Amino acid sequence: MNRRQVILDLKDLRTRFHIAEGTVYAVNGVSLTLHECETIAIVGESGCGKSVTMLSVMGLIPVPPGEIVSGQAFYRGRDLLAMSEAEMEHIRGKELAMVFQDPMTALNPVLTIGRQISEPLRVHLNMDHATAQQRVVELLEQVGIPDPKNRMNDYPHQFSGGMRQRAMLAMALACAPSVLIADEPTTALDVTIQAQIIELVTRLRDALCMAVIWITHDLGVVAGLAERVIVMYAGLVVEEASVDELYDDPRHPYTLALLAALPRIDRRRDRRLKSIPGAPPNLLVMPHGCPFAPRCEFVFDRCRAETPPLLPVAIEHRARCWYDVVNGKPFE
Amino acid sequence: MESIAPPSKGSIANLSPDVLETPPLSLGQLTWRRFRRHKMANFGAIMLILLVLYAFGGAFVFSEAYANKTETGARLQAPSREHPFGTDTVGRDILARTIYGGQISILIGLTAMLVELVIGVTVGAISGFFGGLIDSLLMRITEAVIVIPQIFLLLVMAKYFAASIPNITILGRTFSGSVVVIILVIGVTTWPYLARIVRSQFLSIKENDFILAARATGTSTSEIIFRHILPNSIAPIIVSGTLSVASAITLEAYISFLGLGVRPPTATWGNMLEGAYNYIETAWWLWFFPGALIALIVLSINFVGDGLRDALDPHSRAI
Repeated sequence: MNRRQVILDLKDLRTRFHIAEGTVYAVNGVSLTLHECETIAIVGESGCGKSVTMLSVMGLIPVPPGEIVSGQAFYRGRDLLAMSEAEMEHIRGKELAMVFQDPMTALNPVLTIGRQISEPLRVHLNMDHATAQQRVVELLEQVGIPDPKNRMNDYPHQFSGGMRQRAMLAMALACAPSVLIADEPTTALDVTIQAQIIELVTRLRDALCMAVIWITHDLGVVAGLAERVIVMYAGLVVEEASVDELYDDPRHPYTLALLAALPRIDRRRDRRLKSIPGAPPNLLVMPHGCPFAPRCEFVFDRCRAETPPLLPVAIEHRARCWYDVVNGKPFE
Repeated sequence: MESIAPPSKGSIANLSPDVLETPPLSLGQLTWRRFRRHKMANFGAIMLILLVLYAFGGAFVFSEAYANKTETGARLQAPSREHPFGTDTVGRDILARTIYGGQISILIGLTAMLVELVIGVTVGAISGFFGGLIDSLLMRITEAVIVIPQIFLLLVMAKYFAASIPNITILGRTFSGSVVVIILVIGVTTWPYLARIVRSQFLSIKENDFILAARATGTSTSEIIFRHILPNSIAPIIVSGTLSVASAITLEAYISFLGLGVRPPTATWGNMLEGAYNYIETAWWLWFFPGALIALIVLSINFVGDGLRDALDPHSRAI
């Protein structure tokens, strides 16, 4: 059991977007908990609501067209979703920080790296220029930028992709946040740089005792990083388990399919990787029944009629499925 | 994961730039470099500096009283040693008047541009950033100003307001109140184009990831507008501001020529042309010198604006 304190408790979050074509049901009741110093990974295909969930928590969903229909997000007991914009400005970047997918576009091209990293310091800690500069040098050193005293005066275009992502991390870590939300921070980077960034985040997490939510669609990245994994599909959590349990004993057909699509070094090489047939559902239609049913190999009548609840299948392991993949028959 | 070495100082040393590499240039340095290579822009810039020196340096040679002194005995004299540019219909020295008129014309151009910038950037920024109802409202107002023919609006406003403002004294010089009227009138009628440019810039820049990233670090809305979006849209604002100095000078000349602009005795290049059309053939110096100066300054400002547009273009690969 997890005896650490819960730091972020998300309850039944539903986020929609009202666009010209209709309503996009992006997030359809996501609940999750995050403990202090814990790393969880949220995995799923593109468009399954991973980023929208986290942007909703951060209060960064544009309203309109976005709308948070229901849900609560308790951060240390206070509901973030009920906070005013002014209150959220104090939380964002100070308590909850976020790193984005593409470091090439997430830095302002006309401001120096140092100026951008010092922004949260000025905003949240009211640091004066000299102190902030000094802290920026420390931060850049911490994330492994060589010669930080000079490089802080560079513009983003003078940094490589990996260095920019390091700078983004420095910016996110400036105020020593309790929660770091990393939205696919390594997707835009090549694998060696990806490994460096993951290593860096792990090291900083351990040093600062920071909780990390790592959004990714790469199950391979998750293995060495997270303690718990949350698998999302069509704006729903479909499976939640510890990382070892998920790899050894996956219970949801979607998780099974994802793992089957993943190359593994301990598996025979002459076997072909399996792709998942079909595409994720169109979220313009409120999912009726299990959203994975059209692509599922174990599908039966009940799946199309009723959306399964998140059922406990083992200790600290829940899956949203009517079918017992272990015994090869539907649950009673 | 064990195979990855911790990033000690040694292992990342190879990330540092080659010492022989030339230091990267900042945006300003790049712009200056590109501007210097633009021949017409250089010509324009030098010409502009000379014209400014002429208008402001000439004040040390002739006094303003001399420029405004009428001498009926010496009216309509052709250029001579005593009056190099000749004299006008009431015997004032045209050389001295082009010097003081130049000052006013340049000041009108610059301040009208400032008025235009303040209104245009504010309206465009609010409209583009907030969108929705505010945007619709501001854009309808903008269109309303655009659909009225500018010259017509200028003339009506100039005539309506001209009498109501008394003379004002700034820095020991007395300006006809009509100067202020002209500045405001030009500024108030030219901002819609700039507002549209700024709005379109804001619309596209606010969708960038770095704006989301800035919000995610808790940056307030006003900081995002002024520190993140505005510096990114500065290039078209600078170019449009430069060109609007030229158009303000032309507009001033236009209304002054029609007799609704700056009132004598305050000279401007524009109002020196007023009445000169009666003497197109008989006294060419009346219109030639102020006319040539207007043409020169408008031309050189346009060259500079052109050069700035090329130099500030981030897509321009020319170094």
